[in-house]
Amino acid sequence: MIFPFEIPLLLLLLVTAAGAILVKDLMSSVLLLGTYSFFLSLIWAWFGAVDVAFVEAVVGAGLGTVLFLLTLFGTAPKDTRLRRPPPSLVTLIVFPLLGVLMLYAASDLPGFGDPNSPASTHISPTYIERSYQDTHTPNVVTSVLMDYRSLDTMVETVVIFTAGIACALLLRRESK
Amino acid sequence: MKTFLFCVLVLLVILIGAYLYRVLRGPTIFDRVLGLNGISTKAIILLIVIGLYFDRVDMFIDISTGYALLNSVGALAVAKYLEQKGLS
Repeated sequence: MIFPFEIPLLLLLLVTAAGAILVKDLMSSVLLLGTYSFFLSLIWAWFGAVDVAFVEAVVGAGLGTVLFLLTLFGTAPKDTRLRRPPPSLVTLIVFPLLGVLMLYAASDLPGFGDPNSPASTHISPTYIERSYQDTHTPNVVTSVLMDYRSLDTMVETVVIFTAGIACALLLRRESK
Repeated sequence: MKTFLFCVLVLLVILIGAYLYRVLRGPTIFDRVLGLNGISTKAIILLIVIGLYFDRVDMFIDISTGYALLNSVGALAVAKYLEQKGLS
């Protein structure tokens, strides 16, 4: 590896995020948000979180764009150009400060893939050692999601199902 | 082989940058849609190359297939939208 590949990916992510905020047209903003989720999924894939990348690519880049477009379809006028007022002074002061605070907090986090970090010493070894005997599932992530935390996953599914029904009800066409 | 794949990754990202310029600047909505489609074609290849780089092609092919399928749905939604709302 010559240089860290996540830097150009992060750069693309920042450019698309800024573009989605600054662009003058609602439709273009939606398209740029799709690109943004796609670059986010590339970053997840590069860090080895393949399942998260899959969800981000399918839900964020694919389904999210379609849902935004359907919403525009139902609500927006023909002219979707945006006229936004310039940001207030408080916004200009508070948000950079918040960013600096978050960067300061992030410098305390353990490094990526650090074997001594709390996340990889506290409970992960137990899952990795025992999940096959406990659940007979070769995939550790699946065994955590579907067995150790099955109730959690069930209620999550209920939430997503409710959200899906709500979207379908909101976006349905009026039958005349 | 790793170095070669890494160079391919970097080249693909540079190509994506070229498309991204069109998406960001594109005077009409069609430029943006075309740029987005170009980015997604590069993206599918990029995902598979990342998979080769980490020797886990089997999972990354799933992601790129899902992305390609949903991307075509997205392109259809954009086309439908433009058909209904007229050209801008």
